[in-house]
Amino acid sequence: MLEPPVVIAVALLYLGLLFAVAWWGDKRADQGRSIIASPTIYALSMAVYCTTWTFYGSVGRAAVSGIGFLPVYLGPTLVMALGWIVLLKMIRIVKANRITSIADFISSRYGKSHGLGGLVTIIAVVGIIPYISLQLKAVSNTVSLLLSYPEIVMPHRSATMSVGADISFYIALILAAFTIVFGTRHLDATERHEGMVAAIALESVVKLVAFMAVGVFVTYGIYNGFGDIFDHVEAHDELRRLLTAIPSGAGYTGWFSLIVLSGLAILFLPRQFQVAVVENVNEAHLKRAAWMFPLYLLLINVFVLPIAVGGQLHFAGQGVDADTFVLTLPMSQRQEGLTLLVFIGGLSSATGMVIVETIALSTMVCNDLVMPMLLRHKRAALAESKDLSGLLLGIRRGAIVVILLLGYLYFRLAGEAYALVAIGLISFSAVAQFAPALIGGMYWRGGTRGGALAGLSAGFAVWAYTLLLPSFAKSGWLPGDFLAQGFFGVDLLRPQQLFGLTGIDEISHCLFWSFLANIGAYVGVSLLRPPMVAEATQATLFVDALSDPGQGGAILWRGRAQVSDLQELVGRFLGPTRAQAAFAAFARRHGRDGNSTPEADAKLVQFAESLLAGAIGSASARVMVASVAKEEPLSIEEVMHILDEASQLRTYSRELERKSRELTAATLELQEANERLQELDRVKDDIMSSVTHELRTPLTSIRAFSELLRDDPKMHLADRERFLGLIVSEAERLTRLINQTLDLAKIESGRADWNGCELDLKEVVEQSIAATSQLVREKEAHVEVDLPDNLPLILADRDRLIQVMLNLLSNAVKFLTPGSGRIRVTLSRRDDGLEVSVADNGPGIRPEDQQLVFEKFRQVGDTMTAKPSGTGLGLPISRRIVEHFGGQLWVESVPGEGATFRFTLPFAPAQPPADASPAA
Amino acid sequence: MSKKILIADDEQNIVISIEFLLRREGFEVLVAGDGEEALARVRAEKPDLVLLDVMMPKMNGFDVCQALRADPELSATRILMLTAKGRDTEVSKGLGLGADGYMTKPFSTKELLAEVRKLLET
Repeated sequence: MLEPPVVIAVALLYLGLLFAVAWWGDKRADQGRSIIASPTIYALSMAVYCTTWTFYGSVGRAAVSGIGFLPVYLGPTLVMALGWIVLLKMIRIVKANRITSIADFISSRYGKSHGLGGLVTIIAVVGIIPYISLQLKAVSNTVSLLLSYPEIVMPHRSATMSVGADISFYIALILAAFTIVFGTRHLDATERHEGMVAAIALESVVKLVAFMAVGVFVTYGIYNGFGDIFDHVEAHDELRRLLTAIPSGAGYTGWFSLIVLSGLAILFLPRQFQVAVVENVNEAHLKRAAWMFPLYLLLINVFVLPIAVGGQLHFAGQGVDADTFVLTLPMSQRQEGLTLLVFIGGLSSATGMVIVETIALSTMVCNDLVMPMLLRHKRAALAESKDLSGLLLGIRRGAIVVILLLGYLYFRLAGEAYALVAIGLISFSAVAQFAPALIGGMYWRGGTRGGALAGLSAGFAVWAYTLLLPSFAKSGWLPGDFLAQGFFGVDLLRPQQLFGLTGIDEISHCLFWSFLANIGAYVGVSLLRPPMVAEATQATLFVDALSDPGQGGAILWRGRAQVSDLQELVGRFLGPTRAQAAFAAFARRHGRDGNSTPEADAKLVQFAESLLAGAIGSASARVMVASVAKEEPLSIEEVMHILDEASQLRTYSRELERKSRELTAATLELQEANERLQELDRVKDDIMSSVTHELRTPLTSIRAFSELLRDDPKMHLADRERFLGLIVSEAERLTRLINQTLDLAKIESGRADWNGCELDLKEVVEQSIAATSQLVREKEAHVEVDLPDNLPLILADRDRLIQVMLNLLSNAVKFLTPGSGRIRVTLSRRDDGLEVSVADNGPGIRPEDQQLVFEKFRQVGDTMTAKPSGTGLGLPISRRIVEHFGGQLWVESVPGEGATFRFTLPFAPAQPPADASPAA
Repeated sequence: MSKKILIADDEQNIVISIEFLLRREGFEVLVAGDGEEALARVRAEKPDLVLLDVMMPKMNGFDVCQALRADPELSATRILMLTAKGRDTEVSKGLGLGADGYMTKPFSTKELLAEVRKLLET
């Protein structure tokens, strides 16, 4: 099944499937039912990072340097896990400013500069071309390998082979055609391609499945698992050295450089910027991507070492390129289905990269390179054309073809001299040059257009000199002696030992010198002069992107423009119908009738500019809008004033928000305090009502008896004496009530006097029993005691404790049946203190009443007997006294069998022995 | 025939004083110590007037009053509420439940007698 027609048919079918997915995704997006609004799809689309470099090259790298393939995955993992906040800020900035590419981003940041956008575009195109050539090399290698199946013949290409006979040329053309159909079917103001993202996500799944299938096949099909493979390694000297080699000093430098480069690449490669930033649907998706994308990287790397080692063992001495092991291992085992799957997986990793990368690059070429030139030189011609959207698409399509052909050219010139990974790293080093201007622009207000231009140029020049030119020289297209002797024979200018720097690999060497030049020039030139108006404005928008979400910033525009002019201008680039719709939507959003005001305000001008920016880049958009709007230039003072006002407004509004938050909090507190007060008031009311009730009751008897006595002088002596006795006892009750109410109030308010001293509890209990002996005798009750000697002392107020004991004892007596009552008083030692219990054999207390008896004025009587005498305050007071000294008072009771009141008191704190001198 | 009055109160001494007062004036006096007993004795003995304390065990005066007024056979029975809780809300609550009069403790014996006579005459 590996005959050429079958292979080609399957490949074309697969591309057709991708196209169908993309078409469907775009259709759904037009209907407003996005299929990519999922964090998983977002994370998978990020995996466009894994190209044929990963799919074929990792194994090749591992075969040469063991775990040396890993750092390019550690960098992205670290950035996603720790640096996602940078990505978030980029997403915010891009959305707020309708930025469509990394060139647009940098140009926009430094005052919408044409020159800067162009430079970034050139760097990106030149830098990425080796990377595209890498994909061509991988795909054409695999195709020629398959064509010679079942033999395994390493592809050979002589530089003299004619272009017409070279399959990679046709592959480049097919990819170009495919990309054109894919990415430039129509022009989108936001440059978002939902269908493309869906297809890319699908490709990420396919390549992961294919790679893991080979991994499983090699590990478990050819060998017997990981253990078996590494046993083979042990037996093989060369492989053992490879896998156990610990990076030397230079090795560490290399690792560090690769981690830095790949970490920057995940942010700044045009295709990564496209999928991670421009195509981001919802910034919340970043959260899942932050772990899911690293997980993807981990999965696709699990089987790299087994395949590399398996290939080395299997093809030992046969001259098979390690970069092809992923394909040649299944081929050698005649696994035709798996071989085809691998081929499709490799095709996925190549097409995914090429499509997104060239779409991103073509947008940049169109918006930041060609359009500005047309605007400068063919302004008049542009002005005549009614609809330019066709021209824009044409430019982009042309750019795609040119970029892929340049990739092919580089492949012909330099492709043979390098392994896949080495080519990729040249590209990584190029895009890393964006870091200073871009990251600096996001976090430093002082960066200027001049600084960015200088830094990018310097870094790019050093990169070209130390990496790009040597790659040509090594392939024999440039005289090789300048590598060994330096330009003009100057030793210090040797490209890969610049100024005598030796001992590190070429990538670290380039990274060191290019960053030194880049950062030095960026910072140095930026510091030469303060930022100008446009730069300062944009700096504010970019640097404050996270702190002012959703705020477009101050509108720095003053002038006159006609709505109709603006709409016509936008219509020329986007098509008249879409312009009409966009303007109508804007009018609706701002509650205006689109036709009522012919004069456009600053907001509408800005809106038109941002619409155009999506199609032709922010710098060109600014020029185009300026052509129809009469802008009155603002002086730097005015701009600073507006910015000041805006920032003051922000400060005020923040201040207001803070004040309002404080007010809300204060209101809440007041409400709570008020509720507490009302609650206290209710409690007080209840208590007052209870107290008055308790006072009125004895007063009622006293008054009634007194009036009876007064009104009836001839009353019987017996009645008279009886009534007088009742008056006296009611008066006593009244006195007791008043005293206890005051006592309780004092305790509750914390104003009671406490005379704490060390006490022998046994003595207190005995004294209390003696004081109640009269009451006990009256009821003919019997008191048992169990009071052990020599118990530790406790710390309490003697009179108060006697008060508690008297209360408990008299309560017990009160409920006893006359004649058969028994009271048992015990004192015992517990872990942390002493416990006193007073048990009676009275009627007991129902479970539901056992808490109530400790509430004020709650007398729980056995309703069969008369209402208990007393104030209803004795137990509440007793409980508070015990609690004051750190103890507890509670009741246990079984109705019908009596009640036992118990309280505990903690031991007095340990005292130093009496004869010891007091501690200092 | 002398009028029959039931005193319902759980305070022993108050009962003693009112009982003495009313007997001296020639009324027939019955006594109940809690709400349930009061209700039972009213139904059994059909007194002309009930002096009803509010705060009583088992069943409070308001509930007793409501139960009495729900019984058509007892519609002739007058009810005088006596309470130590003198707040307006309680006065109106008692009257709302169908009590014929309301006195706040402590009261003057003369006023009590006047109120009792007034309620028994109408």
